[in-house]
Formats: sequence, C-alpha cells, structure tokens
Amino acid sequence: MAIAKARIKVPKSVAKGEIFQVKTLISHKMETGLRKDKKTGEKIPRMILNRFVCKYNGEEVFACDWSTPISANPYTAFYLKASESGTLDFIWTDDEGSVFEKSADIMVT
Amino acid sequence: MVRTIEMQPLSRRDILGYAGTAAFAAVATSLFPQAAHATPASADAAIKELIGSAETMAGKITVDLPQIAENGNTVPIGFEVESPMTDGDYVKVVHVFADENPAPFVASFHFTTASGKAKIATRMRLIKTQNVIVVAQMNDGSVYMAKTPVKVTIGGCGG
Repeated sequence: MAIAKARIKVPKSVAKGEIFQVKTLISHKMETGLRKDKKTGEKIPRMILNRFVCKYNGEEVFACDWSTPISANPYTAFYLKASESGTLDFIWTDDEGSVFEKSADIMVT
Repeated sequence: MVRTIEMQPLSRRDILGYAGTAAFAAVATSLFPQAAHATPASADAAIKELIGSAETMAGKITVDLPQIAENGNTVPIGFEVESPMTDGDYVKVVHVFADENPAPFVASFHFTTASGKAKIATRMRLIKTQNVIVVAQMNDGSVYMAKTPVKVTIGGCGG
C-alpha cells in the first residue's frame, strides 16, 4: 500500500454565504501503468488515486474522478459556499481500494 | 480506452503497431500543421462516451493553461465555468481531456450548488504538444466545450 500524506488548507473562519477556497494536496506517486521497469522490461502496473470526495458536514459537495494524466502528488483547489460551522472531510480512494482520509474544521460566522 | 503504448518517440514499428485511425490521425497531425486542430478519434470517442450525443456549444468556460509547458509531468490547469450555481442553474460536471495522451480522459469534476462557483486548479500530465479539451455539462443538459492548445517541451507520463 502506498503511503499517502495529505495537506489541506481552508480558512479558519468565513462569513455565512461566502465562497471560500479549499486547497488539497496528497503525496502519491500516481503510477500511470505506462512506464516499464528499466531492469526487467516489465510494465509497472497502474496505481493511482482514482477518486476524491469532499464532504461538508457529511454531505457530498464536491467529487473528482481521476485518470492517469493527473500528476503525481495530486493538487486540487476548489471552492465551497459557507453554510454552517462544521467539518470538511476529504477522502481519496486508490486503485487497490485503499482509502485516505483527512478532515478540517470550518467556523462560519 | 487505454492504449498500451510506451511513452517514447514514435518508431516505425510503433506506427505499424497501432494501425488504428487514432494513431494515424495523431501522426498526420504532426506532419501536416494545417490539420493541427483536428481531434484524434480516440479523444472524440472518450468525449462521446461521457456526454452522449449532446451538442456542444462554445462559451461560458475560461481555461487557464500555460501556452508553453516546460515540464509535461506537471502542467498547471485551471478552469472556471460561468454559472450562478443555484438550484435552478448550476454546473453538474466538468470533464477534462488531453487529445493526444495515451489515455485522453484526464478527470471529471462533480460540482453541487454548495460549490459556490465551478472553479478548479489542478495539475496534469501531457505527453506532447496537444489540445486540452474542457467539457462542461449543465444541470439542464446543455454542454459547453473549450479547446486550448498547449506546447509541451518535455513530455510527461513517465517512460
């Protein structure tokens, strides 16, 4: 299993109704499945994060399906509208079905 | 969709090996610059698979891509689709394609009314100079498309 380390950046507090940016970064080599092992000449199997989901207080508000052309250590910045204080959950899933999670608190004033 | 080819300059054997119209189109494009904006069949098929037979319209999409990408392994890409993002009118999903990558489909981004705006920044791999196609599907079924050419100095995807 690949070791993935995630970093999230959200504002500490936002006004209700405001649109704020969420920045996410996760360390993952995103093996394309197209490279060959230089010694053996065998294909290195594909191993990427293929889905990323963001939940706001348990409700899915943003999701991505990723294919091989997404760069290693996927970075994604997106936007959300502040509705109420709570938790943002970030969930990545890889080709083997391993799940990586991270959460952040958001204060809506 | 994934063609199993190596990310290396084309050799004669490779060209014979593909024998597909898609590969021929790709080669023809590089040989004949006037045909540079033709979309290779594989990318066309990938787009059709996701949007069906919907007519694509121009407009509403602003794509933020470098004209020249020095490193094809991490090409910054951003886009914004114009929309109020309300219950009655919002962007449902945006697909990104790179028309000459071995796997033309890059990603789909699913938005909701909680998104506030349909704007993304991410990084992608491009094997060589090609078009990046952004396709936005609205909640009412209308589809918008934007095609942006990117020059790639060193191709990405490993290999």
